[in-house]
Amino acid sequence: MKSEGISTEHLGEDAVLLEPIIKTGPRFYIAVFILSAIVGWGVYAYLNQFDKGLGVTGLGVPVYWGIYITNFVFFIGISHAGTLISAILRIAQAEWRRPITRSAEVITVLVLFFGVGNILIDLGRPDRMLNVIKHGNFRSPLLWDVTSISLYLTASTIYLYIPLIPDIAIMRDKLTKRKWLYRTLALGWTGSEKQWKILNTSIAVMAVLVIPIAVSVHTVVSFVFAMTIQPMWHSAIFGPYFVVGAIFSGIAALIIAMAVIRWAYKLENYMKPLHFNYLGILLLVMTLLWFYFTFAEYLTTFYGAEPIHMSVFYAKFSGAYAPYFWSMFAACFIIPFIILCNRKTRTITGTVIASISVTIGMWLERFVIVVPTLANPRLPYERGIYTPTWVEWSIFAGCLASFILLYVLFTKFFPIISIWEIKEGREKALPEAVEKIKSYMPGPAKKAIEEVCE
Amino acid sequence: MPRWGMVIDLDKCTACGACVVSCQSENNIPYSSPEAKAQGRSISWMSLLPHFMEGEYPHLNFRVLPRPCMQCDNPPCIKVCPVKATYLSKEDGIVGQIYARCIGCRYCTTACPYTVRYFNWYTPQWTEEMKSCLNKDVSVRPKGVVEKCTFCHHRLIRAREKAKAEGRELMPDDYVPACVETCPADAMYFGDLDNHKSIVSELARSTRAFRLMEELGTEPKVIYLAEKR
Repeated sequence: MKSEGISTEHLGEDAVLLEPIIKTGPRFYIAVFILSAIVGWGVYAYLNQFDKGLGVTGLGVPVYWGIYITNFVFFIGISHAGTLISAILRIAQAEWRRPITRSAEVITVLVLFFGVGNILIDLGRPDRMLNVIKHGNFRSPLLWDVTSISLYLTASTIYLYIPLIPDIAIMRDKLTKRKWLYRTLALGWTGSEKQWKILNTSIAVMAVLVIPIAVSVHTVVSFVFAMTIQPMWHSAIFGPYFVVGAIFSGIAALIIAMAVIRWAYKLENYMKPLHFNYLGILLLVMTLLWFYFTFAEYLTTFYGAEPIHMSVFYAKFSGAYAPYFWSMFAACFIIPFIILCNRKTRTITGTVIASISVTIGMWLERFVIVVPTLANPRLPYERGIYTPTWVEWSIFAGCLASFILLYVLFTKFFPIISIWEIKEGREKALPEAVEKIKSYMPGPAKKAIEEVCE
Repeated sequence: MPRWGMVIDLDKCTACGACVVSCQSENNIPYSSPEAKAQGRSISWMSLLPHFMEGEYPHLNFRVLPRPCMQCDNPPCIKVCPVKATYLSKEDGIVGQIYARCIGCRYCTTACPYTVRYFNWYTPQWTEEMKSCLNKDVSVRPKGVVEKCTFCHHRLIRAREKAKAEGRELMPDDYVPACVETCPADAMYFGDLDNHKSIVSELARSTRAFRLMEELGTEPKVIYLAEKR
């Protein structure tokens, strides 16, 4: 294949993976234009808030936290798509991971900025944010978040970068543009045996390291709420509940991203219905786990029937926040469960619909955790209802658009499917699998395999 | 070291609201517009919580609970502050707020079970007439920070300095917060809870004494006396 005088022939059919980087069509510019416009609008809304104060939001007494804190939890949750899922699949040596891992890891790194960003947007005095370092109080769960999220961002960035190196080297050798960038980032990769050994060890070590860090991140995010004594926040289940919710929304976000990439860059040969089916099953498992945790949490509250908790409980079940609560329940459980438990509907379209539903549902879940508790404080005199303003919605839209924009730009700089891992899979996966099966399969089956292979 | 505390006798309270007004003017609490009020954003370090209401106007039986900051000995707000902008003073047991350090995350406002902490949603506003009456001993807060009742801490500093200048010990009457000083019904008392002879510690031991949400273990230093039957 020839384009711009660059030879990508030796890559064979995998040359299509470099295509988004080499060729840029009008669709890309339209997407960038629309996204930038939304980002610009979000920035305008934020400047408005920065100038006038948080008064431009719908917050008040006693609902001091709203959409921004919801977004913080939501985006950090989405970040569990990438690194965690990719690490688990790598460690489990799931062969089908190969075209997925990169697109997942990018989500993590990019979305984390918006998780942290929303906390900064929520500050009354963003100009003083460095006080967190100067006067840090480690008794505060917010400091635990700062620590854990910084570590997670660092680890996920390294974990994204290391497996990128061989692909960057391919681009350094094959492309004419951005030579300096790829040369710098390739770190002198030649593909020697020693380099491969270091690369594989590093990936293996990082994959193991990243799992406890990821779990810790959403646990301490939940601690921001659980460590207070406010009704329906002060719950020991919150750590694991948030981690499960994070992985749940993470897988959903990954499925959506994969479907878009597959459609936009015509990667039907790489991301097959099989991948969506497997991820769909994983999403189904998380749907059930989410239901289990939600059930356990709400039944405990209901059965205990302490008035202070019940006022929050009823605010969600039948009160002012019931529309949010029941939409959440439909979107997080009923819709995905019905679609995913049936083999016939667990198609690409099916899993994508389920994923969109889960993503919306998990945003609502965070909203339903944050707001009703604040609206029904222990001292029952200050009651409030919270309605977000245009500023808050615009900033939310701006965050989503910036995330998508950065993701799109990433695909224009780096291959979104790992070229070398696909190649490796094609060359080594089959003999490895045969070896593996031979090593544990007793009796005649072993012979049968040997016969098939010969 | 004294442990400053307040006793509010609900039997004597007439719900006149003088404590609220004196607190507003003593502590430079900004004027809140009707819109701000409607949004639940007015700042009131001392609030009258309607805790009992019966009948219809004008035949109304109405009781209130004057609520300043509880000045907990075990305050849930200070633990959660990421920048140590709020603290429990070891010297006098008062929960203070450093306006110049607060980052406005509002974690303390959500963690306080008594909802006594307030946030400056906008830059504070006063009318021209009010501006000339600002108390010079109390700093005016900028937008985006949290503020709260400090038991008129500036009065304590003043009293201490005065006693020192006069070469004597601080006397119980030297330091009283504005609300206590103003109360026309003499329903509020202030003093050292650790001093067994002080009137507040005596009243705190009364059978009518209770503290708000005592079961939370926050150890409030504001003590209420229930109404007599």
